[in-house]
Amino acid sequence: MKIGVVIFPGSNCDHDTYYVAKEVFGQECVFLWHRDRTLPEVDLVILPGGFSYGDYLRCGAIAKFSAIMDRIRQFAAGGGLVLGICNGFQILQEAGLLPGVMLRNRGLKFICDFVHIRVERNDLPATLGCRQRQVLRLPIAHNEGSFYADPELLARIESNRQVLFRYCDGQGNVSDEANPNGSLHNIAGVANEAGNVFALMPHPERASEMALGSDDGKYLFQSLAQWAENRISASAQ
Amino acid sequence: MPTTEILKQHNLSAEEYGRIVSVLGREPNLTELGIFSVMWSEHCSYKSSRAHLKRLPTRGPQVIQGPGENAGVVDLGNGLAVAFKIESHNHPSFIEPYQGAATGVGGIIRDIFTMGARPIALMNSLHFGIPFAGDRGPKPETRDGKPDARLSSNQMILEGVVAGIAGYGNCIGIPTVGGQVVFHSCYDSNPLVNVFCLGTATKDGIFYGRATGPDNPVIYVGARTGRDGIHGATMASAEFGEDSKEKRPTVQVGDPFLEKLLLEACLEAMQSGAVLGIQDMGAAGLTCSTCEMGSRAGTGIEIDLALVPQREPGMSPYDIMLSESQERMLLVAEKGREHAVLDIFRKWDLEAVVIGKVTSDGMLTVRDQGAIVAHIPNHSLTEEAPVYTRPTREPEHIRAARPLAESEIPQPLDYNSLVLDFISQPNLCSRRWIFRQYDHMVRTNTCLLPGHDAAVIRVKEAETLALAMSLDGNPHYCHLNPRQGALLAVAEGCRNLACVGATPVAATNCLNFASPENPEVMWQFVETIEGMKQGCEYFGTPITGGNVSFYNETAGRGVYPSPVVGMVGTLDRRQMVSAGLKDPGDILILLGETRAELGASEYSRFVLGQDRGPAPAIDLAAEKALHDLLRVLAAQRLLKSAHDCSDGGLLLTLLEKTLLSQDLGCHVTLQTELRPDVFLFSESQSRAVISCEKNSLELALSLCRRMDVPGRPIGEVVPHALRLSAAGKLLIDMKIAAVRAAWCSALEDAFRA
Amino acid sequence: MKATVVVKLKEGVLDPQGETIRRALNKLGHPVQSVRQGKYFELEFDDPPDAQRLEEISRAVLSNPIIENFFIEDNLPERHGAQSRGAKREK
Repeated sequence: MKIGVVIFPGSNCDHDTYYVAKEVFGQECVFLWHRDRTLPEVDLVILPGGFSYGDYLRCGAIAKFSAIMDRIRQFAAGGGLVLGICNGFQILQEAGLLPGVMLRNRGLKFICDFVHIRVERNDLPATLGCRQRQVLRLPIAHNEGSFYADPELLARIESNRQVLFRYCDGQGNVSDEANPNGSLHNIAGVANEAGNVFALMPHPERASEMALGSDDGKYLFQSLAQWAENRISASAQ
Repeated sequence: MPTTEILKQHNLSAEEYGRIVSVLGREPNLTELGIFSVMWSEHCSYKSSRAHLKRLPTRGPQVIQGPGENAGVVDLGNGLAVAFKIESHNHPSFIEPYQGAATGVGGIIRDIFTMGARPIALMNSLHFGIPFAGDRGPKPETRDGKPDARLSSNQMILEGVVAGIAGYGNCIGIPTVGGQVVFHSCYDSNPLVNVFCLGTATKDGIFYGRATGPDNPVIYVGARTGRDGIHGATMASAEFGEDSKEKRPTVQVGDPFLEKLLLEACLEAMQSGAVLGIQDMGAAGLTCSTCEMGSRAGTGIEIDLALVPQREPGMSPYDIMLSESQERMLLVAEKGREHAVLDIFRKWDLEAVVIGKVTSDGMLTVRDQGAIVAHIPNHSLTEEAPVYTRPTREPEHIRAARPLAESEIPQPLDYNSLVLDFISQPNLCSRRWIFRQYDHMVRTNTCLLPGHDAAVIRVKEAETLALAMSLDGNPHYCHLNPRQGALLAVAEGCRNLACVGATPVAATNCLNFASPENPEVMWQFVETIEGMKQGCEYFGTPITGGNVSFYNETAGRGVYPSPVVGMVGTLDRRQMVSAGLKDPGDILILLGETRAELGASEYSRFVLGQDRGPAPAIDLAAEKALHDLLRVLAAQRLLKSAHDCSDGGLLLTLLEKTLLSQDLGCHVTLQTELRPDVFLFSESQSRAVISCEKNSLELALSLCRRMDVPGRPIGEVVPHALRLSAAGKLLIDMKIAAVRAAWCSALEDAFRA
Repeated sequence: MKATVVVKLKEGVLDPQGETIRRALNKLGHPVQSVRQGKYFELEFDDPPDAQRLEEISRAVLSNPIIENFFIEDNLPERHGAQSRGAKREK
């Protein structure tokens, strides 16, 4: 699979994501610059974590105006895969590609810690290698990660089955105690209605090697690689 | 001749003014006076400390760059090098905790990437007044029995400092991987904020702050210059009065986003080959960077202030030269290739302007629209700045010290409740509430999470290499015996590294003291240097750079002598050892000799509420043998865990080993002639507790004998519970979950409000 | 009774957020010269507080006097005059 990792001014998980995709999972990987007005042939675009434009104004609010975002919108409209991680999630929300908005964590503090998330559906590209209801252990690192949507939108997200991950405890129970930041319905990750644009607040790239405490992130990267491979073999037939 | 009022505002003595006149051969103008005052301030000139710092060991075959540059650089082999340094930002953090701490982080990061190294890890050593009163033990003195306002003031400072460090470090994407937090009432209104940064470079890609080659262009890059922190450097060199919060409106504000761009752009510009020298503008801003770069290279620099990007109109040459606006760098490029450099900064949306050139006359020449506004020999501002050998006197509290007698400490009646109270003390409770606010995982190199003896960061460029680092210093020991305290800080740093399986290679230091004009403080400083010298020489860890911070006092109350040692070492990351217990059935072994040493201990302070000595003794050979043993055990894969004994003694080591595990506990039986509480709380040095598999116990013990380290099994790892007995009596019997709740919640509860 | 308080950075204190927003606006073609970002508070009271209390709230809690100014807008009667609406006081 060929992956493009976008660099916005202030991205700081760009190199981590590139490293994991390339060195750990052996995928072809290129960097994309925020000013680029063309998109190379890629199967997946990742908007990495970080503090694009310092998170000034609102997280993702300035990055959404980048030239490359127009290309990414087109790419997504054509069914291309787009993954947002942390700040990438926020940018996709600001850009209108994913629903909801991130509020400040309810504890009003930045949180860097391992959490558990539960896979809510495993029929989408990002999770097809996961078991239904599988519990993954991944780190979060954010200040604005409290998922919010008004009741109507929230109901629509739920009824469309757009929730990809929910915060849970180690046994997979979704509870308020297991909710690190106050996200509504413990939402940690969502997809768009078509299922090709998706994002999560936890960092799979930080949990892809046992030397760093967890390799559960591999389920995401391997799912995506598997999906791309399936598609290539399907189109070859 | 300026009025005494003007000299006073510039912290210059009449003698110093006389010296300026003789250097220039004329009276200085106000801009020149300002330039001299910042460069001759304690902060920039080290005038009180320089003569003594010379005694520290700074060289070794591994040292590529020692003190005198923006950071020290050490050879890692295989063409790799590591740059690191610690620096204080104490005074600004008292005035505005968030911005003070944030700009401290920004400054130390610039010091590292200035050397051509990519910063990959941050740590910090923080000292605050006591933020909450435990149920027992030392309470901040109260006035009229009213709740002490200092508790909330200390909390506000702590909260702001931690948020500032997090705000800057998280945004720029450099993990904050460890450090230390110390509480004592001497830090009320005198917080210490020391920040450490480490970066890696290729050995042939190291840059220096030197303005080489006359006629080469001098380039200003980064943020525009505003009236930020004018006189920050002189502020850091004067003690605070009660009114200092009012007096200083010009606080520097940090912009981590801009610095992230600056970091990427500078590293890219250095790769271009067109950059010859580079230095950040920190304290004393444009003044310091120009004259230091010129002085190091033996050249002069000529700049025109009209070309300097400015944030606000009407700034005078004095303002521009003394501004401490953050996120600015000064570069010297190769003539003719400056456009390659400017283009890279433009790519990163940064301002970059040629503001002058290198000259051969050794002078700092400052023009404004062509007209000369300052003309000073570079050397007079740097190496020829005044040096003082200030008088020293042994402090009264040390001369009159009465050693602590065991009988002054009553034996505890209920160890179970003692454990809960003890572990909830500000100095011993979990720092999770703090380090959860720091992104400690970004860059995906963090092999050990915060809370261990040392932080461990892998180096992706090398197959098996990892770096271990720790910050250590015990001001309680230093207060009672500064020489011993400094020596023990070096020993503990090396021990912490050994516990994770690493070998120390070099160190950096941050020396925080009260006013050097007080002979007792100066005596403490000189003694500290002696102790540090002895330790660094013994363990082969040269000091490659660091920082001295004097005048940490408010309204006449100074801090304890508070040296902090930043130790850096290397390890094979496959042999890394962590502190937490691993599996039930493993055997616990106590390494080292436990003596009756409650003096200066956390426990004696907990019981008596005062600092009573003596500080623990140390046998350097025994200490070194312990380190070697730990590394041999790690290399032979015999260690399932290792954790040293320091603050809080053996009991705290055992507790932390359980708390860092997945709900494991231990059964421990003490065999000792000492009182059980003395054995448990003694802070005897050169000790560690390790765990190993039952079937490797004999091998481990035989290695102990061979390497001459006392080692004896003291118990076994079990699930969920902590049980400890001595002389046939069960003293402690409790669930780990209860201990964990007390340990984790103490700090968090204080801030829940 | 409602009062509003606007807190903004003092003149001369760097505003990294404002600067970044200004650059973004310029890039999008909006000819903005300068942006200063601040905070806006609405305070509601049962009984009208005196001006002194409002000031104390603004100074000690809502703003950081070391780097920030505040503006109070309220409809309290001025203590010594007939003016009664829309008093705007800058500190």
